[in-house]
Amino acid sequence: MSELDLELLPDGGVSWLDASGPDAHIVLSTRIRLARNLGDTRFTPRATDPERERILERVLDAGRAAAPMADATVFRVDRLSRLERQLLHERHLISKELAGLEDRQGVRHGAALLTNGAMGVMINEEDHLRLQVLHSGFAPGPAYQSMARFERDLGTRVPFAFHREFGYLTSCPTNAGTGLRASVLIHLPGLVLTKEIAKVLQGLTQVGLTFRGLYGEGSEVVGNFFQLSNQTTLGKSDDELLDHLSKIVRQVIAYEEQARDVLRRNAPTVIADKVWRAYGLLRYARSLSFEETMNLLSGVRLGVGLNLIADLSVYTLNKLLIFTQPAHLAQRAERALTDPDLPVIRATYVRKLLEDDAGRRPETGRRA
Amino acid sequence: MTRCEHCGERPASIHLTTIVDNAVTEQHLCEVCAAEKGVQTEASVAKYPLGDFLASMGKGAAAPPATGREAGKCDACGATLQDFRDTGRLGCPRCYLTFEAHLRTLLRRIHGASLHVGEPYVAPLPAGALPAAVPAGPEPALVELRDQLRRAVESEHFELAARLRDQIRAME
Repeated sequence: MSELDLELLPDGGVSWLDASGPDAHIVLSTRIRLARNLGDTRFTPRATDPERERILERVLDAGRAAAPMADATVFRVDRLSRLERQLLHERHLISKELAGLEDRQGVRHGAALLTNGAMGVMINEEDHLRLQVLHSGFAPGPAYQSMARFERDLGTRVPFAFHREFGYLTSCPTNAGTGLRASVLIHLPGLVLTKEIAKVLQGLTQVGLTFRGLYGEGSEVVGNFFQLSNQTTLGKSDDELLDHLSKIVRQVIAYEEQARDVLRRNAPTVIADKVWRAYGLLRYARSLSFEETMNLLSGVRLGVGLNLIADLSVYTLNKLLIFTQPAHLAQRAERALTDPDLPVIRATYVRKLLEDDAGRRPETGRRA
Repeated sequence: MTRCEHCGERPASIHLTTIVDNAVTEQHLCEVCAAEKGVQTEASVAKYPLGDFLASMGKGAAAPPATGREAGKCDACGATLQDFRDTGRLGCPRCYLTFEAHLRTLLRRIHGASLHVGEPYVAPLPAGALPAAVPAGPEPALVELRDQLRRAVESEHFELAARLRDQIRAME
């Protein structure tokens, strides 16, 4: 397959944007990732191209035979253009490494994605298989359950690398053992505005969690979005790792709620002004950088969370997060975009989505 | 995203500001290179003393005694410990056996444990196929005994250690 057609995927592979999950006003998504390797083959980074091709064939055969992937789509990432690869990455369907967007190394031969929209397998990433699933809101349990069934099925079809003492073996020892990385994408403007965030983040590292930006490893924190995940993968069972993460994330959600209460109580005018200015800029600006868009969306999202802006859907805000990125805008415009066109087209798209959302709002039934 | 100044490969996640005689220098390093340079971060102190490990591999000090096999290459993929130092990635599943003692130490330092907790996995064997290239590793009981032996030695309970050692030998 040489052309990227995301229409093949149910909901374009972003059903987790619909904000239907628990605590979706604070937690955008929960992601579960399991790293697995074939026991009889070199790890992808050291494998030859023919070996990677063989890995791909075996994983695809096994994956497509498993129930959840009956109607799944295969994207040969190594045959896509850079823009198409970037699109898949922006959509959180593949990692930056698989997309070959890292500076020095291009896309790897045999890099592919098998996905049914909700759940996918990255093939020939740093590990032979990187299984991942994204759910809306804070839902580690359901996300893990669906993934675990698929993983068990796969494990009966191909031999995973497993060691009785060290568990599942991975290319990098930081993933060995369970191979499990559970992460939540969480929006913490309250903690940032009340300047409590440093304390919270420091606390997280002390209890074995790690935080990153919107796009995982190496990415910057923008728009007050943080990705929290377990730091270690060995010595605790999958359930223990998930329980621990859940407990801590629940606590972080509670801190964020408290911080928002403080803002509401102590600085209602300042906050309302900030929120509405952000909305005004998004609604009427003629040129927007990605970073500015993220920061303004953060303000508006806070406003929706505080019930200051009624009737603006979190779904629209989530969609804006994904579809205002460069490759998505380029795809809509059907041409490569650079400055100064890109920020102008971004602003036009943001205005349109917000206008559409406002147009859908009923005249009556407005919340306070 | 900033790249590590030292290796130029991995993302720089540690931003170090040093002030010596009022001269301020800034360094942007990845976790591995920071650890190699002996930069201690909160994460590295708690979970990531990869530097100690990598340094000990170089000097041969404080590292577990390397067997003949460990000193060389992985016979399945040809990777060496130096390759691992350079890339942070192992070559193949068998590397975990080739460099077992080193990796046990490293895994303990990264994860605070080296013993996997969870259901043991049994790989499928297609009809007529050879057993998987990676032996599944020692029996869990043996692993547990070795762990007890290590703790006994560390806490200087030498009589217990001797008994455990004999038990392990008998099982091996």
